[in-house]
Amino acid sequence: MNIVVCIKQVPGTTKVKIDTQTNTLIRQGIKNIVNPFDTYALEEGVRIKERYGGKVRAISMGPPQAEEVLREAIALGADEAILLSDSAFAGADTLATSYTLARAIDKLERNDLIICGRQTIDGDTGQVGPELAEILGVPFVAYVSRIEEIDNGYMRVQRMVEEGHEVIELPLPTVITVVKEINIPRLPSLRGLAKSKSVTIPIWTAQELGVDKNMVGLFGSATRVIKVFFPQRVRRGEILQGELESQVESLANKLRDTKII
Amino acid sequence: MEYFLNEPQKAIKSLARRIAEEKVLPVRAELDESEEFPWTIMKDLADSDMFRVFIPEEYDGLGGGCLELCLVIEELSRVCAGIAISYAASALGSFPLLDYGTEEQKRKYLPDIASGKRLAAFALTEATAGSDASAIKTTASREKEGYVINGTKQFITNGGEAEIYLVVALTAKEKGARGASVFLVEKDMPGFSFGKKERKMGIRASSTRELIFRNCLVPEENMIGREGMGFIMTMRLLDRSRPGVGAQAVGLAQGALEAAVGYARQRIQFGHPIISFQAVQHMLANMAIEVEAARSLVYAVARTIDSRARNFTEEAAMAKVFASDVAMRVTTDAVQIFGGAGYMRDYPIEKMMRDAKIIQIYEGTNQVLRDAIAFELRKRKAMRE
Amino acid sequence: MGIQIDLDKCVGCGDCLPSCPFGLLEIVEEKVQVKEGCTLCGACQEACGYDAILITAVAEAPVVSNSHQGVWVFTEQRDGKLKGVAFELLSKGRQLADTLRTELCAVCFGHNVSQVEQLITYGADKVYLIDSPALAHFQEDLYTEKLVELIQKYKPEVVIAGATSLGRSFIPRVAAILQTGLTADCTGLEIDLDSRLLLQTRPTFGGNIMATIICQTRRPQMATVRPRVFKKNIPAKGGKGQIIRVDLNKERITSRTKLLSFVEDLTERVKLEEADIIVSGGRGLGKAENFQILEELAAVMGAALGSSRPPVDDGWIPYSHQVGQTGKTVCPKLYIACGISGAFQHLAGMQTSDTIVAINDDPSALIFEVATYGIVGDLFKVVPMLIEKLRR
Repeated sequence: MNIVVCIKQVPGTTKVKIDTQTNTLIRQGIKNIVNPFDTYALEEGVRIKERYGGKVRAISMGPPQAEEVLREAIALGADEAILLSDSAFAGADTLATSYTLARAIDKLERNDLIICGRQTIDGDTGQVGPELAEILGVPFVAYVSRIEEIDNGYMRVQRMVEEGHEVIELPLPTVITVVKEINIPRLPSLRGLAKSKSVTIPIWTAQELGVDKNMVGLFGSATRVIKVFFPQRVRRGEILQGELESQVESLANKLRDTKII
Repeated sequence: MEYFLNEPQKAIKSLARRIAEEKVLPVRAELDESEEFPWTIMKDLADSDMFRVFIPEEYDGLGGGCLELCLVIEELSRVCAGIAISYAASALGSFPLLDYGTEEQKRKYLPDIASGKRLAAFALTEATAGSDASAIKTTASREKEGYVINGTKQFITNGGEAEIYLVVALTAKEKGARGASVFLVEKDMPGFSFGKKERKMGIRASSTRELIFRNCLVPEENMIGREGMGFIMTMRLLDRSRPGVGAQAVGLAQGALEAAVGYARQRIQFGHPIISFQAVQHMLANMAIEVEAARSLVYAVARTIDSRARNFTEEAAMAKVFASDVAMRVTTDAVQIFGGAGYMRDYPIEKMMRDAKIIQIYEGTNQVLRDAIAFELRKRKAMRE
Repeated sequence: MGIQIDLDKCVGCGDCLPSCPFGLLEIVEEKVQVKEGCTLCGACQEACGYDAILITAVAEAPVVSNSHQGVWVFTEQRDGKLKGVAFELLSKGRQLADTLRTELCAVCFGHNVSQVEQLITYGADKVYLIDSPALAHFQEDLYTEKLVELIQKYKPEVVIAGATSLGRSFIPRVAAILQTGLTADCTGLEIDLDSRLLLQTRPTFGGNIMATIICQTRRPQMATVRPRVFKKNIPAKGGKGQIIRVDLNKERITSRTKLLSFVEDLTERVKLEEADIIVSGGRGLGKAENFQILEELAAVMGAALGSSRPPVDDGWIPYSHQVGQTGKTVCPKLYIACGISGAFQHLAGMQTSDTIVAINDDPSALIFEVATYGIVGDLFKVVPMLIEKLRR
């Protein structure tokens, strides 16, 4: 099975703090990390390879330093990695990103499965997976929480929905996005770490990919950010005071007054 | 302090730390309570290639030396000494093969140890033979088809869990110092069984059992090294493993020191965190001095061994004695700093104190090792170049 | 097009550096330089006190405004029952359509969908309904192809849909086929009358930053919105509209995925998204068993049980109870957060609740910033006390 995993380098935003004096983001000391959901995608790809044989390739579209996450992917079991990097790709929205990734995937030999994480923690859109599938002309399933079986060109998966989960069967090749519930990602191995340091990661530019310049980067984006601002957090109410018991009494009364309960 | 580790050593140390913090830390209290062998952690270590660290490349290893092994043991011990010793004992069990095995023997057994598929153990101690190793009674008598082993080994780490056992048995009792040999016995060989699992003060995640040999036949090719070389091989092997035991003590002491400092910073008494009291500060300072000194000694000895020094009995003994005594002192003081909370099983520190005691005892009691050091001192009149 | 630093005006004060949400500004030899990846959002331009930053946007030809007309809402249904988010979006859609002075249409796919007229009650001028047994369950290819077909035929200028697992699966595919822009998880939708553009506001970086996005030249402008972000209301005038039935013609479409079965998660007694009162627990509970204390409070109040992410991650409670960025968005009348710190990711899922009560022993917990009433205290004391007082 030939598997492609799409990964993205993102800022470690869970540690982001806001400087309340200047109302700006404190970016010092925020290191770049692999998008956490992508580690689950990569782990699933490696597990499928271990179960059915084949090859896992990790690809990422990003600036030159995105190479770091591709090396991490090798340490975690990916066989190869490719970086798509070109100033022409910068400023891309999900449509342009999906187009660029699709061009790269088409350039590789036939792939059976493309796996993405359910969303990134910076963009949070979850749109690249389905848009990529459409551009590649293959089926798509989101929120896969378990791959039950792959057999004879078909795959059976569990997809998480709000009310529970569905079992879906679909033909390969296909694109899926996965959720955290699907596995527990492994730690790197020493041999993987050694390989990740020595392996060559090719960088494919716009020219090498043969992309239409009007379809990538800022030019290829259908949407554009026109404004960025920090959400206002307004203190809405009161912190109750006094002895704990009287606070709770006061709360109970207020709640009864609202007639909600 | 900066120890100028090279890149592979740094990678090993940082990955071992990640495994310790992400995989061992969440389960160490539970394993101590249930005294269950940590198979899932052994698998995590295997998947991350940690068992390859002490095996040469030609046998699927990564070709690391004593220092690399110490780094892994230290990082694991910082979180749980019991899990660390389960890993380390497998290394000790593989040393006879590494140092004295034939090509066929190495190719047959080392790859499985390197991949973590099978664990190893070293079996010397018996009821009558602790410090006095020469008093072992287990015999291996030469028969037509091989050697028949009879006897009982006591207190064997990884006993019952390992599949590969390196057993020291008497092949010619009358020859005294040249009367023993080392045999590789596999778990499923007929005549080989296990006694009950011991209930211990500490390192409870580690399995300690009796090995019972009743007419256990092992083929001739399972003898490691030459007949009669058993005691000499054992002495050398134990020298080689002592820095690793020292590393276990250093890691354990380090973990206790960190816990004590963390507690002292947030425990408020008399309106101040107790770390602001000089009595506590001096205790912590002494603990820190000792941990660093022990680490320096252990690393220095490991590097000496890796540089192919020929004699390191004295230094290896020093590393083990000093580090284990430090670990006992530091963990005891750490409990003291935790105060009443330190005595409670809900806090991780009393386990560390219980774990520390055995390090002063096994792998050569600190008393016997002091004998050995004194012996060397007399020999060279304490002179150094 | 692009961003330029006027080196004569730039004094290297660095005020612009922290304003860039992507961290792309740096001082090199006492002047500011811009790294690769700038999206021309303009945050730095606002921060610069010396007018040293020039941003020239793409000179795009504005779309001829009458080629595309109409605001469409994809109204989701499951098992024949229309979902709440459909009505919430129709209410918002009605507002947008009125501002644009254009029509509001609902698009509904399903089989034997009950009370389709409700869509008109909530403001739709037209309902495009495709009713077929083949659409009884969500089938990606059929839904995608039919929506694309309708959009290409009737050319709406705006299409919005619920950001549900269904919506987030197939709406991006529709956008990709139409090569148009899609903005996910919007929390705000407004019309800029001068340009007739849909201003789409959404959280990024886990909710730490809000971004307003436009789709300037392509049509339709598409957006998904989470359930409970907008409130549903029946418009004063209206209630008149037509239902237009469309044929499926499914023979022309290849359906590649097949639904084999559905397994319901039965642990929710009261559905979280529809509950009026939610009692929610976080890491402060300490262990799985302690959810029982909250279950008791929930029972007394007739409330649903919710959770922040850490308890779900640790397996204390199933994922269907998770409220937050990667869980459910809820907007109940009353939300009681116990032992929840109030990380942005969680607030994103509940901060629009009418009344929020926070119980936490840490006075600096962020949850207190959105709480209507806050009690700083040990939840293991407060909750039993509250149960007792409410019982009386």
